Amino acid sequence: MATVRVQGEDFDPGAEAEALARGRTDVGAVVSFIGYCRDEGGGIAALELEHYPGMAEDEIARAAGEAEARWPLLGATVIHRYGRIAPGERIVFVAVAAEHRGAAFAAAEMLMDYLKTRAPFWKRAIRSGGAVEGWVEPKREDDRSAARWSAAD
Amino acid sequence: MSAATETRMKALYFAWVRERVGVDEEELDPPPTVTTVSDLIAWLSERGEGYARAFGKPAAVRAALDRVHVRSDASIVGAKEVAFFPPMTGG
Repeated sequence: MATVRVQGEDFDPGAEAEALARGRTDVGAVVSFIGYCRDEGGGIAALELEHYPGMAEDEIARAAGEAEARWPLLGATVIHRYGRIAPGERIVFVAVAAEHRGAAFAAAEMLMDYLKTRAPFWKRAIRSGGAVEGWVEPKREDDRSAARWSAAD
Repeated sequence: MSAATETRMKALYFAWVRERVGVDEEELDPPPTVTTVSDLIAWLSERGEGYARAFGKPAAVRAALDRVHVRSDASIVGAKEVAFFPPMTGG
């Protein structure tokens, strides 16, 4: 079972990744990914992330369940923040433990692709002057990345 | 309980759909002829200018029923919660 957390506060990625292997002797690989807020050339003061409480957790857990059905995983942790996040701050964390690195890399990548396109979160930028930008449009490359995982079956 | 009262559901709106509609949630009681997500979108669009703007391009709006993504042809019968939102941009 994956650990899924949707929260406003920051997290400790090192501790989260280590926790997947701590006390175990069967884990051969932990792959982790951290997504950060970028300033996009200095014009952005913060990102504001809105989410659908309840469905966000459910949808991430469903994606983790699909990853567990597809690869022989020994654990997974997904954390996604919401609220106001400044450039340089962490937004999202995915870590996957497996016996071998191949499954861990692939599952981590699938989970991130699914988070981008299926988890109910929406971003908008707050400019350095305080102006609130429109909602971020989805990227077609994110849809293509996510589609790789359903097309293969 | 009549069929009409069974169609009562909670509606949630997110991001620019929420801003255009003007509320983040409300109770809906659509008529029995409204049976699919796209029927519901058409019915909501008649409720006022904000709704018309939110649902003006139905293909731009995504929907979930009871916290699961659905397509616009999905049946809303028996659903307790419907949500409308733009394409997701998390991660």
